[in-house]
Amino acid sequence: MPSPASSGRWTIRGAISRRQFALYAVLGVLSPLLVWTVLSQTGVVPAIFMPGPLDVVRRFWTWVVNEGFVGDLTISVQRVSLGFLASLTLALPLGLLAGTFKPAEAFLEPAMDFVRYMPAVAFVPLMMLWCGVGEPSKVAVIFIGTFFQMVLMFADDVRKVPMQQIEAAQTMGGTPREIVYKVIFPSAAPALLTTCRITLGWAWTYLVVAEMVAANSGLGYSVLKAQRFLQTDKIFAGLIVIGLLGLFQDQLLRGLHYVLFPYLRRQ
Amino acid sequence: MTNAIEIRHLCKSFVTRRRTTRVLDDISLSVKAGELVTLVGASGCGKSTLLRIVAGLEVADSGAVLVGGRPIAGAGVDRAMVFQDYSLFPWLTVKQNVLFSRRLAANLHDNLALERGAEEERARKLIALVGLAAALDAYPSQLSGGMRQRVAIARALMSKPSIILMDEPFGALDAQTREVMQDLVLDVVAEEGTTILFVTHDVEEAVYLGSRVVLLSPHPGRIDTIYDVPLTRARSAAMRVEPEFVALKRSVMERVRETVGLSHDRSAVGA
Repeated sequence: MPSPASSGRWTIRGAISRRQFALYAVLGVLSPLLVWTVLSQTGVVPAIFMPGPLDVVRRFWTWVVNEGFVGDLTISVQRVSLGFLASLTLALPLGLLAGTFKPAEAFLEPAMDFVRYMPAVAFVPLMMLWCGVGEPSKVAVIFIGTFFQMVLMFADDVRKVPMQQIEAAQTMGGTPREIVYKVIFPSAAPALLTTCRITLGWAWTYLVVAEMVAANSGLGYSVLKAQRFLQTDKIFAGLIVIGLLGLFQDQLLRGLHYVLFPYLRRQ
Repeated sequence: MTNAIEIRHLCKSFVTRRRTTRVLDDISLSVKAGELVTLVGASGCGKSTLLRIVAGLEVADSGAVLVGGRPIAGAGVDRAMVFQDYSLFPWLTVKQNVLFSRRLAANLHDNLALERGAEEERARKLIALVGLAAALDAYPSQLSGGMRQRVAIARALMSKPSIILMDEPFGALDAQTREVMQDLVLDVVAEEGTTILFVTHDVEEAVYLGSRVVLLSPHPGRIDTIYDVPLTRARSAAMRVEPEFVALKRSVMERVRETVGLSHDRSAVGA
């Protein structure tokens, strides 16, 4: 018997209640955790390859108390922040220019398109050569990994500002400068923030890469060192911490989006 | 008395890599101050292009547009424009949208030089005029399509432009809302005395609103016929079924259809 399209949870693009959503979300997190526990506790996979969840928690605690976790976390956050902010500061004006003025687009985009296809990881040796093994080389890798993409994505965000908004301002006597500051930027702002959220995720990826190749501190370095000493439990702890950090900052930027752009909230 | 708008021998072509398409061919038209002239025609007749040239958003190849006796140079605060949709600033409330032009330098030294308090007051008055007094602090996303166009009209009126150019402003609205909005435009003209050049593809709308209806023929766009509307300026919904109204509407519609057949370049795609 055919059922009405609105019935059931598995209707195509159907709606479910908040409680049901939470239920499925918890299931989605718990099931891999369960599989992990079973695999490690039954000894199907030896502990040297896969320690149990409790081992990982215990190992994490040792890391916090005896092995300077807070220092690792701080230095990593500092590197990401510096690299990302440097990238943002330069990419924002360039993206605005490239999305607004054709000559700027022609000048910037083909060149950046070329560079962005070079893997940021491949720049690590060059950055070490130029900046040494200190902090600047890690920041530089994060910068290279995000900057070129950011300019192109910002320019795209800016190009999506409806022409009618720009023309409306022109017929009100707006100068190009006024239109960039008072129409194009505020109009593109929500999309620009979303681009930041996406590229900040990439910045973390490049941080870990940079720390694995050339560092003696930080989360990525700790994970790599743990592998050398076969501390699989610490590798697990490091990966989970990096994942949670990403989740945390993603939620933070979503929250910022919600606060900054009240007009986009669903009524 | 000088005309509010004087269009002289305007020509415009669009050049693509493959061909040059003439969109407007020797258009001349005068609009008196306080007049509401509607432009109709089949697609490809260049009516929107003509309006955009008068607005200063596009440049003609030859010919001139004079506003208040002086040739225009680009867009200016004396000519406001109302677009079909998506022209409101979504991050601003209704009141902030209407007041937006006051944040631009071009409007600070204009002949009205509204003072702070007076600006607010005029914005409130205009928002009330378009019937949105209750939605002063709403965002565009909270409004219906018709309400958004009301805001666009109030915003266009804010700087006291001598001319408002309307480019199919009600094209995206449903039929009932459209009729209400048409009466609103007539109220605005009565209240503010603004000259209006109004582009539409809806012949009934053109006849109902216009003191004159200008029919453009397509490919290339030329002025085909100018109809004087034999009705008083005070229009009302009842006029829509009067014999004179219906007769004029029918003859304009028939002529629009004929001009498509007369098209000089049938292969050109509508611009």
